[in-house]
Amino acid sequence: MKDISEIRADFPLLQRRIYDKPLIYFDNGATTQKPLCVLDAVREVYTNYNGNVHRGVHAMSDLTSEAYEKAREKVRLFINAGKREEIVFTSGTTGSINCIAFSFGERYIKPDDEIILSNLEHHANIVPWQMMCERKGAILKVIPVNDNGEILFNEYLKLFSKRTRIVAVTQASNALGTILPVKKIIKAAHAQNIPVLIDGAQGVQHGIVDVQALDCDFYVFSGHKIYGPTGTGVLYGKEKWLSELPPYQGGGDMVEKVTFDKTTYNELPFKFEAGTMNYAGAIGLGTALDYVTNLGREEIALREKMLLDHATKRLSAINELRIFGNSLNKISTISFLLRDIHQYDTGMILDKLGIAVRTGTHCAQPVMDRFGIEGTVRVSMCFYNTIEEIDVLGTGIEKVISMFS
Amino acid sequence: MTINEVQDNIIEEFSLFDDWMDKYNVLIDMGKGLPVIDPKFKVKDYLIEGCQSKVWLHPEYDGNVISFRADSDAIITRGIVALLIKVLSGRTPDEIIKADLYFIDRIGLRQNLSPTRSNGLLAMVRQMKLYAMAFKAQGTGHRAQGIF
Repeated sequence: MKDISEIRADFPLLQRRIYDKPLIYFDNGATTQKPLCVLDAVREVYTNYNGNVHRGVHAMSDLTSEAYEKAREKVRLFINAGKREEIVFTSGTTGSINCIAFSFGERYIKPDDEIILSNLEHHANIVPWQMMCERKGAILKVIPVNDNGEILFNEYLKLFSKRTRIVAVTQASNALGTILPVKKIIKAAHAQNIPVLIDGAQGVQHGIVDVQALDCDFYVFSGHKIYGPTGTGVLYGKEKWLSELPPYQGGGDMVEKVTFDKTTYNELPFKFEAGTMNYAGAIGLGTALDYVTNLGREEIALREKMLLDHATKRLSAINELRIFGNSLNKISTISFLLRDIHQYDTGMILDKLGIAVRTGTHCAQPVMDRFGIEGTVRVSMCFYNTIEEIDVLGTGIEKVISMFS
Repeated sequence: MTINEVQDNIIEEFSLFDDWMDKYNVLIDMGKGLPVIDPKFKVKDYLIEGCQSKVWLHPEYDGNVISFRADSDAIITRGIVALLIKVLSGRTPDEIIKADLYFIDRIGLRQNLSPTRSNGLLAMVRQMKLYAMAFKAQGTGHRAQGIF
């Protein structure tokens, strides 16, 4: 793997200072910074070959379409999907889940049917299902978690009934960092012939994802959390599902033939890509995936584990700091509270020290409810963070405690 | 002192500090010094939307001036609330409605607090002015309880 200073040099934003201090960016769970190659790729689209995809007879449209489809192939390889037809570009994880919740609901869900989620879900993997349940008269069933923030697998198994139609769980908790045993979850669901959607928003950037090995039916993630542009996302679905599901949105490019009597839909994956896509973003995402691949995904996972271990040790040494989410199997995310200090107070002071953390419920209110708290301070690290930054954070947290006592 | 004189005093007080940490220490001290509010006012009716931390604001009108009492679960927010109370509490509805709160910009609160927090700050000001307008329209010494 490249040297850390070389890696950091790839990210223009990491060079900046804030409040006269070096920026320490620990909010990677919310969004990641972009390497220069991604910015260049997006810029190149607009400066060299911009044309709307799949539309024109002209060279610009052809070049853009080619680059867009090449990006799709990069995504396919990155998650090891079997076919390009199974890779749909979306606006992000939220867009992907809304698509499946809607289309799956339309096709398969009847009153009193059941959807299984976990207590660790981000709102993006709760609300679209809830909306669908309201429309269809279906019910959500929730896998509970223990005090470490790990799902109770036996309780999960008990949730299955004759009415279970789909399981939708996150690969890793954005709020606590817990990695879920998705392979086991999928296997158990498949034993009952139930499909599974995996929300990879907090998973795909931290290790190797192989959708065929996982055997998940749907896998979704956001581009901006894996060093790509915002407004990009991926929906992977097994071909048999995507073929059966009705389209989510109607518009240009997703159609085969349109008359006022009837419209027939385009083939996969275009059936799910209505209107002009964020093709420049998708092309940038392809470059981001190249960057991650070149850096080495195993190496990234190892480096992030090292950062997590160091941060856990450093923060645990602080009296009056309580970590939420103590699973042994975590992404490089630590959620904590200091004594009775409000998470917002902590976040405000850390910000003035140049340290960017997230505070609040992290769009996962049910997780906060489970622990009887109103929010936490979340430190979400990635490979470009350093041991030194963690030590500055440790000192900063100690300063916060002294300021509020 | 007029509203503007109080604002000028606050601006002067904050101008003594160059470092943002010192300014926050002042806010924290003010937050700690804010008189506690009766728990019966810490209910949804008095909760201000738009803050990541919770803020409860309770007005009382004696027919002449409005007294504000407030609280927050975050201390820095309490400090900001304390500043607003210092400026706007004990004023007539007309004074509050017409007040131009230039001190917020001048001590750098608007720029330096994060956007969501800043919205919270503006939400607080808006709520105080709304109470003033309502009391003015009402024109009597009734307590505001329950009408908002």
